[in-house]
Amino acid sequence: MASLRLPRLIRPSGRRLYSGAASPSSRLNLPIDYKTTPLLHHTSSTLSESLELPGSTTSKSMNLYQAINSALRTALAKSEKVMLFGEDVAFGGVFRCSMDLQTEFGSERVFNTPLTEQGIVGFAIGAAAQGMKPVAEIQFADYVFPAFDQIVNEAAKFRYREGATGVHAGGMVVRMPCGAVGHGALYHSQSPEALFAHVPGVQVVVPRSPSQAKGLLLASIFEHNNPVIFMEPKCLYRAAVEHVPNEYYTIPLSKAEILKPGNDVTLISYGQPLYLCSAAIAAAEKALGVSVELIDLRTIYPWDRQTVLDSVKKTGRAIVVHESMVNYGVGAEVAATIQDQAFLRLEAPVKRVAGWSTHTGLQYEKFILPDVARIYDAIKQTIEY
Amino acid sequence: MSAHLLRRISRNPRALSRIPQRWSSSISQRPGSDRVRFPGAVNSKFTTDMTFINPSETTNIPTYRVMDSDGVLLDKNRKPSGVSNEEILTWYKNMLTVSVMDVIMFEAQRQGRLSFYMVSAGEEGISVGSAAALTPDDVVFAQYRETGVFQQRGFTLKDFMSQLFANCHDNGRGRNMPVHYGSNYPRMHTISSPLATQIPQASGAAYALKLESLQNPDTPPRIVACYFGEGAASEGDFHAGLNIAATRSCPVVFICRNNGYAISTPTLEQYRGDGIASRGVGYGIDTIRVDGNDIFAVYEAMREARRIALSGGGKPVLIEAMSYRVSHHSTSDDSFAYRARVEVEDWKRRDNPIIRLRKWLENEGLWDEDTERTTREQLRKEVLKEFGEAEREKKPPLREAFEGVYEELTEEAQEQMKELKRILETYPEEYDLRQFKDGINGL
Repeated sequence: MASLRLPRLIRPSGRRLYSGAASPSSRLNLPIDYKTTPLLHHTSSTLSESLELPGSTTSKSMNLYQAINSALRTALAKSEKVMLFGEDVAFGGVFRCSMDLQTEFGSERVFNTPLTEQGIVGFAIGAAAQGMKPVAEIQFADYVFPAFDQIVNEAAKFRYREGATGVHAGGMVVRMPCGAVGHGALYHSQSPEALFAHVPGVQVVVPRSPSQAKGLLLASIFEHNNPVIFMEPKCLYRAAVEHVPNEYYTIPLSKAEILKPGNDVTLISYGQPLYLCSAAIAAAEKALGVSVELIDLRTIYPWDRQTVLDSVKKTGRAIVVHESMVNYGVGAEVAATIQDQAFLRLEAPVKRVAGWSTHTGLQYEKFILPDVARIYDAIKQTIEY
Repeated sequence: MSAHLLRRISRNPRALSRIPQRWSSSISQRPGSDRVRFPGAVNSKFTTDMTFINPSETTNIPTYRVMDSDGVLLDKNRKPSGVSNEEILTWYKNMLTVSVMDVIMFEAQRQGRLSFYMVSAGEEGISVGSAAALTPDDVVFAQYRETGVFQQRGFTLKDFMSQLFANCHDNGRGRNMPVHYGSNYPRMHTISSPLATQIPQASGAAYALKLESLQNPDTPPRIVACYFGEGAASEGDFHAGLNIAATRSCPVVFICRNNGYAISTPTLEQYRGDGIASRGVGYGIDTIRVDGNDIFAVYEAMREARRIALSGGGKPVLIEAMSYRVSHHSTSDDSFAYRARVEVEDWKRRDNPIIRLRKWLENEGLWDEDTERTTREQLRKEVLKEFGEAEREKKPPLREAFEGVYEELTEEAQEQMKELKRILETYPEEYDLRQFKDGINGL
């Protein structure tokens, strides 16, 4: 696998010049304008209320990789137990997330490992079991599978099998860039969150924005003694820019966020597709005169069922949106839970807008993954059911 | 494809700006040098002799031993240094305890009184001898055939029996299969069934110990000891663990128990190199092969390995301890389906770590037939007493099935516990809760 890995060629940028390019006649599938989307804090004024920060908080405008870098710097400075490692982490990382951290914190705490994913995660488990807080990086989520055994059989089950000895691997976080970038094809596009969500013992987190990424990453490192799979949508690394608090702050895991209140239908998503949802909602509210509630799950597992159920009980309709394949995806769990717990309130079948059950062939990405048109259509169909 | 991509990189200014950093750390070729200065092999001499290295033409790594199979020291002038006779007697009794317990528990499994068991017959010397060279602060990651490590490091018969019967005193809370022992201090991580997964974990734990002593010089120097069989060494995690330990200079000693078989697979079908030891050299790791039936050789090698592991800021060591798996692989295995009974009987008779040390003890006048008989009888009684008590103990409360998955019970788990309770209350005749502590209230 290594010889085929081409990390430096994957350059997410604000300009999506490749397969994401819109059709000349598009009204729905337009490129996401991250500079105007309501999902990002374009000024610092909205920040403090939404994150429940003290008024004195200062902030700085940064993109997602800079926010991750800021979170890692904050974590390394806060505790000597935090260490950061993976492939090519020392020089700053292929996505620049660990820029300057080795210089600041030394090669004992920030370092390269040999090119072995099962080794990286096994190493992290051992260090965590000894009380450290290792933050391991898997260069692409597509390459986490060699470490699947270490995550599923070892990290997730460590506390359970140790029982009364009290030993656990809860201090570890495994970060990995995930999701499509327009030209990542089969092995630079995957979102394997559903595979991990089937595993009791790990927490699976997907942030949607720079400020959220920093708060969720710091919470994953310091406020939860469980192994965390932290998936960073790589197409947002450079594209999503917003104000991020400079200081230490956390956002609780296993807690969803209502991004936009609404009354007629609930849209549930996480990570990058939230921007597509937001655009689709704007179009649907204008064209169809409906009111849509948008929920960011933030933590895929264990997930905040209550927030979702409360919303669906209010609206009576639900749509789940994610990039990864529809079959046995996160949407299946969310839809089944809604069906089970809000059956009498449902006025339409729960819809899933997700990747088709195929692989992300290079030329076909824009036809395979959910886009604004498909989400818009789902809202329309659900409302008109 | 890749050439095209390389051209693209070189045209990309952002990629270019990164390259000089790489250059500054690499070594350039000097004109007229007799050595290759490629960054991947900086000290390799040029040769015009086109010779492939043929492993079958190199001499096999020798096997270190201190005493022969009659318990006679090969160097008569040198007693195993730094160890008192009392200590050696403890080793002997610990090997004997494991052996006595093994026979009883194997039989108990055959009677259906516990679900599974794995004996250590023939390998007691490796586990007891190596563990004797550790301090209580050292950390152990084991595979499953290292009962002697637990015995030598203070695991009591009650601890063993509680785990085997998965009762309410079991450290594992009744969650693991038998022989998956674990202890917080001296730390011996709870054994997990997936093979070799503990190897990179041991490297990570050793690195943590190293960081800890860097950050707090008052902490005592500690190492990690990591055990595995020669079959497990074929797993990718072996490669990952040793390579990462070498590149990160981790104070870890890897101890491979090469007992000739992985279940039914003989070593000829496991590898074609010179055992596991030859690989250590390839990873740049200090390596030794020892006679695993010679507890003195194992102890000395481990003591020295521990010293090396702590030297120069930390470095990994590999010990390959040779032995023969005298027993079946487990209670689920009949090894005579794939190897001749006579071969096993031959090994039992010819060489065995317990008999070898016993001969040494007898030659020294420290042991005799009577002591052997009374000690064995005493151990048998103690094992049976703890066996009986552990078997009668209640199983842990049912909530232990759900707790410990996460640090705190999730809302989903609480809901599922409630649902299970409802089922148990609705269909009480379908479930026998008498064995579980607090019955239905344990949920």
